[in-house]
Amino acid sequence: MPFRVVIQKVLRALLTVVLLVTTVFIVLRLTGDPAVALLGMEAEHEVLEELRRKLGVDKSIPEQYIAFIGEIANGHFGRSYLDRRDALTTVMERVPRTLMLMGITMVVALAIGIPLGISAALWHGKWLDRGIMTLAVAGFCLPGFVIAILLILLLSVTWGLLPSTGFGTAKHLVLPVITMATHETAVFARYTRSAMLQVLSQPYMRTALAKGLPWPRAVRRHALPNTAIPLVTIGGFFVGSMIAGAVITESIFAWPGVGRLFVTAVAQRDLPIVQVIIMLAGVSMVVTNLTVDLLYGWLDPRIGALLAKRMKGTDR
Amino acid sequence: MSTTTDRPALARAAARRLPFGLTWGAAISLAWVLLMLIVAVSARFLALYDYDQIDLRGRLQPPIWLEGGNWRHPLGSDDLGRDVYSRLVYSIRTSIFVAIIGTMIGAVIGTSLGFFAAHFGRLVDEAVVMAIDYQAALPFMILALAVVAFFGNSLYLFVAVVGVYGWERYARITRGMTLAALGQGYAVALKVLGAGPVRLHLRHILPNIAGALTVCLTLTFPHVILLETSLSFLGLGVQPPQTSLGNMVGFGRDYLLTAWWIAICPAMAIFMTTLAVSIFGDWLADRLDPTLRE
Repeated sequence: MPFRVVIQKVLRALLTVVLLVTTVFIVLRLTGDPAVALLGMEAEHEVLEELRRKLGVDKSIPEQYIAFIGEIANGHFGRSYLDRRDALTTVMERVPRTLMLMGITMVVALAIGIPLGISAALWHGKWLDRGIMTLAVAGFCLPGFVIAILLILLLSVTWGLLPSTGFGTAKHLVLPVITMATHETAVFARYTRSAMLQVLSQPYMRTALAKGLPWPRAVRRHALPNTAIPLVTIGGFFVGSMIAGAVITESIFAWPGVGRLFVTAVAQRDLPIVQVIIMLAGVSMVVTNLTVDLLYGWLDPRIGALLAKRMKGTDR
Repeated sequence: MSTTTDRPALARAAARRLPFGLTWGAAISLAWVLLMLIVAVSARFLALYDYDQIDLRGRLQPPIWLEGGNWRHPLGSDDLGRDVYSRLVYSIRTSIFVAIIGTMIGAVIGTSLGFFAAHFGRLVDEAVVMAIDYQAALPFMILALAVVAFFGNSLYLFVAVVGVYGWERYARITRGMTLAALGQGYAVALKVLGAGPVRLHLRHILPNIAGALTVCLTLTFPHVILLETSLSFLGLGVQPPQTSLGNMVGFGRDYLLTAWWIAICPAMAIFMTTLAVSIFGDWLADRLDPTLRE
């Protein structure tokens, strides 16, 4: 990828982060008086004023914005309105648990989804393909909370095999991971299948077969590596969908991670916590997308050349 | 099936073809979607009771196919003795309407921005592309949750937030295809003939890209349903006493042990509807624009 394109991508990513911080500020600061939200409408005027001063929301908006940027640049995201603990610390100590859930989900989704997608493509149009695709569409359409409810009903309530809430042992992981992985597996299976089908129809596959390469070897040596490249592009989408999935899944299974913290913080209007989580999610997405873009350009040099051409403003 | 039987099988499939080239899956899906639309429109006539009519003597009654069920509550009743069937009907109405209006808002915003970007170019274009990238960079659910919770929970605001979902997809498609169309003979000819930008875009370019936008619409619709039901399930979307499929599941969740039907009936309605729209959308995508399919 040409250096100019890389620089442009990095700048875009930085600009997105700045926009994100600004949006967070606008959305969270201009939407109501946190002092009233905390103390209620009936609170004494002096008490409200006092709290506003404490929270720093008594100043003008531009002043607040500059102060806000400064604080964030220094890593100060404020303290939780509820327990006065540092918001960043509160969120960060929950991150490992959410990452653990996401990591296992990712492994499961890749380990099941990719082989399913490849098999579907190799048996294109046969019953196996149709079966896998039906499952994939079903898995894609089942909302996380419906899967969770069904799992709890069957595995916890009826058969009593697994705990339905909590955290700690490996048993606690099973239901949340199934809930989250169903959707992701379906997405991967679908995407792998279409990527693989595209590769299988390429001229180089015909050439490989024509020069006498046996089918399994042609698939292994030529089709599979080329299928891996487009799969990289859904990395960003994948992370985004896992973040959304974690919010639902953690809330249902009382998994003490960032997602559950987010829902409780939103319900209690705990602004600093919400800020940190939104920015964390946004920055993770920006970093993932940037990595995906750069990785893609590096894996497939044609893309880099195409992007350089696009930058000159000819194509979309 | 061996390869020799493939051709006769295809011929047979062709012989019993459905109108408009519908596949059986797409036909059944379309029927389900239409059924949901009819239920949504005529909820008032289909419901046996009001959705919030409480009957404390008839609490947690099972559906008719289970022991102890009776015709007074075909799908059973919930913890306050409210009729699950009637609530389901009203919930379908709320969820379908929110999803339809939400999808429309997103489509209109996205398409307009796409036109603006393509027509004005330069700075406007840069801004729209930036906004598209930005939107795509943030998990929408996180954004929606924050906005809904912080602006309070009015139904209008909720619909608006759900409506913003997916605008960037329409914007991207519209922008790309409009830029391509503007370079084509008919657009150039219209400009030379003196057609204004509004006429050019709405009367001539829009019909040409309508296929792709319709496909995008049907593929986005299930996501909008999922977004609405998920937020309502978390208790941060449609608020009681209003009922939606998501918040019905949310409340039913506490009674899984004793009265699973409260949660399972709406859960199945959500699943069937998103599934039906997705299958139909895939068929439509194949039909209208085979190149759009990933």
